[in-house]
Amino acid sequence: MDATQTKEMYTEEFLINMGPQHPSTHGVLSLELKLDGETIRNCTPHIGYLHRSMEKIAENRTFTQFIPFTDRLDYVASMNNNLGYVMAVEKLLNLEISERAKYIRVIIAELNRIASHLIATGTFAQDLGAFATPLFYCFREREKIVEIFDQICGNRLTYNYMRIGGVLADLSGEIIEKIKEFIEYMRPKVDDYDELITYNVIFLARSKHIGVLSKEMAINYSVTGPNLRGSGVKWDLRKDEPYLVYDKLEFDIPVGENGDAWDRYKVRIEEMRQSLRIIEQAIESLPQGEVTVRVGRILKPSASETYFRTENPRGELGFYIVGDGSVYPYRLKIRSPSFSNLAVLPELVKGIKVADIVCVLGSFDVLMGEIDR
Amino acid sequence: MRPDEIAAIIKSKFPQVKEEAGTNYIIVPKESILEVAQYIKNPPLGMDNLHCITGIDRKEKIEVVYTFYSIGEHHGVTLKVNLTPEDLNVASLSEIWKSANWLEREVYDLFGVIFSGHPDLRRILNPYDWQGYPLRKNYSNPDFIAKPRM
Repeated sequence: MDATQTKEMYTEEFLINMGPQHPSTHGVLSLELKLDGETIRNCTPHIGYLHRSMEKIAENRTFTQFIPFTDRLDYVASMNNNLGYVMAVEKLLNLEISERAKYIRVIIAELNRIASHLIATGTFAQDLGAFATPLFYCFREREKIVEIFDQICGNRLTYNYMRIGGVLADLSGEIIEKIKEFIEYMRPKVDDYDELITYNVIFLARSKHIGVLSKEMAINYSVTGPNLRGSGVKWDLRKDEPYLVYDKLEFDIPVGENGDAWDRYKVRIEEMRQSLRIIEQAIESLPQGEVTVRVGRILKPSASETYFRTENPRGELGFYIVGDGSVYPYRLKIRSPSFSNLAVLPELVKGIKVADIVCVLGSFDVLMGEIDR
Repeated sequence: MRPDEIAAIIKSKFPQVKEEAGTNYIIVPKESILEVAQYIKNPPLGMDNLHCITGIDRKEKIEVVYTFYSIGEHHGVTLKVNLTPEDLNVASLSEIWKSANWLEREVYDLFGVIFSGHPDLRRILNPYDWQGYPLRKNYSNPDFIAKPRM
């Protein structure tokens, strides 16, 4: 080809679709990326591939019948979803549950928080190229929690354990021994993660100063959970608006400094340690008594509205329930944490390299089940 | 601040708002939602977090419910705007709180409320070519089989 035939050289932005089938989007998320070479100029998320109309289904189910559906929202932390929903209904009914049930709920919710953070840690490390080893270690620890849950309620993923007025079943002495064993087992493992992943040079290089989320931006986008705390905002509903018995238990709220991907990851590691502390204290002061309050088989809340939010592993899960005096909710809105957390992604990835989008997305630990609902 | 104190502050500043009977929710006329929102964003109320936006179809009206919280002040407030099914236009808050962007898109998708001034009002959960607004009470889809009522 001689010079007269070549056209004038030019560059232009090109469009690339990441997902909905992509190993690093953790579910069916589609990102429409506009690239200039390797640099991202624009990112448009498309969600809704997993939309199951949970809110419409709720209008045709009784309050009790909807509990199993909440398992399928954030299927990595089903117990926490159950908890948020039943507590919202209890608030609508003005129902006070027994002291033992409150402690059991705290123990179970914190165990599930550890299991959820383990998955977040393992998959995040895998996204950044630590192939398989951290993920297998995290799943090994998670297996112990899943076995405990299996013994409590017979399920390994979708537990359906919390009930309006209490919990499904009491914790036997055997299970409490198992949980105590798990705490002893887990403590050194978290330190192992620090050695294996947290201060690993490659991991630091991939995640430090990537996807920096400022304090103001995090609050303005209503980012919650570890992602908000990673930006240095000391805000945790368990401390700031305590529910159940969190005000009687001692724990710290870890916060990050820079708001980068590494800080968000570090907050999760620290939260696992704090959760272990919470479980230990809750088991020590577990009172005797009933685990369920008797509620009628047919629940008819008065025609009123309520909003209740709990601190989930991924952020603040809120349920806005409107009753109309019948056995069905008139309207049930699920405010899922990942939905708001994902909304900030386009802002963060503008101008970074295409390889780093996996790091930013992984550090946010979003889960499509609760985004699409 | 307690919810009744917050309600009193907003009511003294904006005489056109009123409190919903039996609750601390504040009903704002749709013309003044933008200025009320602008006011509560700043001190003394400092609602820096627009936590949740949702709609409720009451058949004769559609309510848009805004839930605000303040990270610094540890309090919250709920505003409501009532819209008639004939005129479902309300000003968008996405200029003030960025979180409103996706939350308003969701309400538009499911209820058909038009947020004027929204930068990118598209469907979000349903496919972009979907017909109708699924969470309205009069919505029916040929594929949807309702469970027999008890």
